[in-house]
Amino acid sequence: MQPFETLESVLIPLIHNDIDTDQIIPARYLKVTDKSGLADGLFSSWRYLPDGKPDPDFPLNRPEYQNAQILLAGDNFGCGSSREHAPWALVGWGIRAVISTSFADIFRNNALKNGLLPVTVDARAHAVLVAVSETESTPTVGIDLGSQTLRLPNGDEVTFPIDQFSKMCLIKGIDQLGYLLEHKSQIAAYEKSGQL
Amino acid sequence: MPKPKTLFEKVWDSHVVLHEPNSPAILYIDKHLIHEVTSPQAFSGLREKGLRVRRPDRTVATMDHSTPTIALSLDLIDEMGKKQLQQLETNCREFGVPLYDMQNPQRGIVHVMVPELGLTQPGMTIVCGDSHTSTHGAFGALAFGIGTSEVEHVLATQSLLQHKPKTMRVEFNGQLPNGVTAKDMILALIAKIGVGGGTGYVIEYTGPALRALNMDARMTICNMTIEAGARAGMIAPDDVTFEYLAGREFAPQGEAWDAAIAYWQTLPSDPGAAFDKTISLDVAAFEPMITYGTNPGMGAPIHQPIPAPQDEPDPAKRAALQKALRYMDLDHGESLDGHPVDVVFIGSCTNSRLSDLRAAAAILEDQKVADGVHLLVVPGTETIRRQAEAEGLDQIFKQAGGDWRYAGCSMCLAMNGDQLEPGQYAASTSNRNFESRQGKDGRTFLVSPLTAAATAISGQITDPRTLMK
Repeated sequence: MQPFETLESVLIPLIHNDIDTDQIIPARYLKVTDKSGLADGLFSSWRYLPDGKPDPDFPLNRPEYQNAQILLAGDNFGCGSSREHAPWALVGWGIRAVISTSFADIFRNNALKNGLLPVTVDARAHAVLVAVSETESTPTVGIDLGSQTLRLPNGDEVTFPIDQFSKMCLIKGIDQLGYLLEHKSQIAAYEKSGQL
Repeated sequence: MPKPKTLFEKVWDSHVVLHEPNSPAILYIDKHLIHEVTSPQAFSGLREKGLRVRRPDRTVATMDHSTPTIALSLDLIDEMGKKQLQQLETNCREFGVPLYDMQNPQRGIVHVMVPELGLTQPGMTIVCGDSHTSTHGAFGALAFGIGTSEVEHVLATQSLLQHKPKTMRVEFNGQLPNGVTAKDMILALIAKIGVGGGTGYVIEYTGPALRALNMDARMTICNMTIEAGARAGMIAPDDVTFEYLAGREFAPQGEAWDAAIAYWQTLPSDPGAAFDKTISLDVAAFEPMITYGTNPGMGAPIHQPIPAPQDEPDPAKRAALQKALRYMDLDHGESLDGHPVDVVFIGSCTNSRLSDLRAAAAILEDQKVADGVHLLVVPGTETIRRQAEAEGLDQIFKQAGGDWRYAGCSMCLAMNGDQLEPGQYAASTSNRNFESRQGKDGRTFLVSPLTAAATAISGQITDPRTLMK
């Protein structure tokens, strides 16, 4: 997993509420047995025209967002299916952070295990970002995970929450499985204790 | 006096292996369920790291998402789907995980098959790489969906890192009217609290209307709990639960059964146990529900007009409703009662159990499916298929002009070729009406099995109470 410390990027606006993981990556792309190649399916129902060509109006297809790494979404991003293919597809395309007012629980867990940072902001900061996305084509924001701050295009800084364990794993770029494996003896002791 | 605990807290507390400061808890997992779509990368991870499955005896796998429903053969699906299912066979063989494969007479949708086998029991922790794992909470288990990284964690350590969720109590009061079902209860709850209303919570369902439901209906309610954003729904075990479990293949037997019952009876929330939030609903006023939009929260009673976007004060919600109605090609102001459909799908881990099929068959008996409408009935497991056939339910569906299939997820998520054509409307007993969920550009109305059956006969959305004897 790529470590995450700071990130500065143009904001890609995809400001719909309740973007579900079926939209992020439709089920027809889930027949893979590895994690690669999913970026082609990212938002595919919205991204391609009926003839299969990219819709030039869809943000991910616009030239100004080709190297952008931060997605601005509406409320409750990532609801629905537990498919980890959703963060795999986002990261595969190049997204490293998503900003929303809230994230679905399973999506948040999956994102954090793939170096994808869910940045939760309050309604006021979100409104500022939405407004600036409507007036500017390439607003830039900055994220500093260490201090848990998001710098808005107007220079204001807001803080965002993240649990300390996930933050440590992201900054170091380490897999959470390591922590569990370190506690094998406690797990074995629990199994022997007859709690079950 | 010890502090009164909720059902959730009892199950949670008894499964915490370790909880260090500034870390999530290590939660022990009693049962880990596997299917073909969300597991391949997890097994690959084990191979890369040289790890084994810690407890194959606590792991069980099935084939359900991509499996064909027209015959029990993997040769009938596309190459990628076939390869993925074969990979599951390889993984299970290599790591010693029991697999209910295509030839197994008990195979079926993971969340229908596992309870049916008696593997789901009160007080357990159960996970699966599938959001509808919430289904198993109907037995008083703590059951939730996980991602593939977490599937790997559980395979390797039989444990998961988890932050303790908040608790919400949802109380269903009153008596459910005739023709109104558990599906309508859960759709009404989601319409009330929204698709994010349960985020961060585990919901415990209580109340007399809930207690009056059988296990199939309770599973329907817990199944769709994830559609409100809550990862888990739970129902305290009672005599209905125990009667369901008694004698099932993997349920405790003899003295172990008595000991299990004694333990299970300690699980219900203590009097005075505190919940972070409580919601009360009177089901006596409930009607058959239907969704009009593109998430399960966009639902209303069947005769109620579709809400107007201009009446929605929140601009983001207004935009969401406008987008949904444009996708669905629907106008506000009219109800969906009488809206034509192309397909009726009765199936999925929400509504494919024997009592669902019986309810639909009671409406369809001696009736015909409307011209031009495709009725697809897909039982949840092969066991249910045989039970339904023994009762003659398959004959009722077939004589009505419907399609009777083998078990699987089928058109719920359209991975196996059972899918809507662009623009088609479906009345579906499944759980998600997301854009393109049941086929690219298909349109879904979520309904109960009763409403689905009534709709199949008329070819348009129909209140089942108009057809009930």
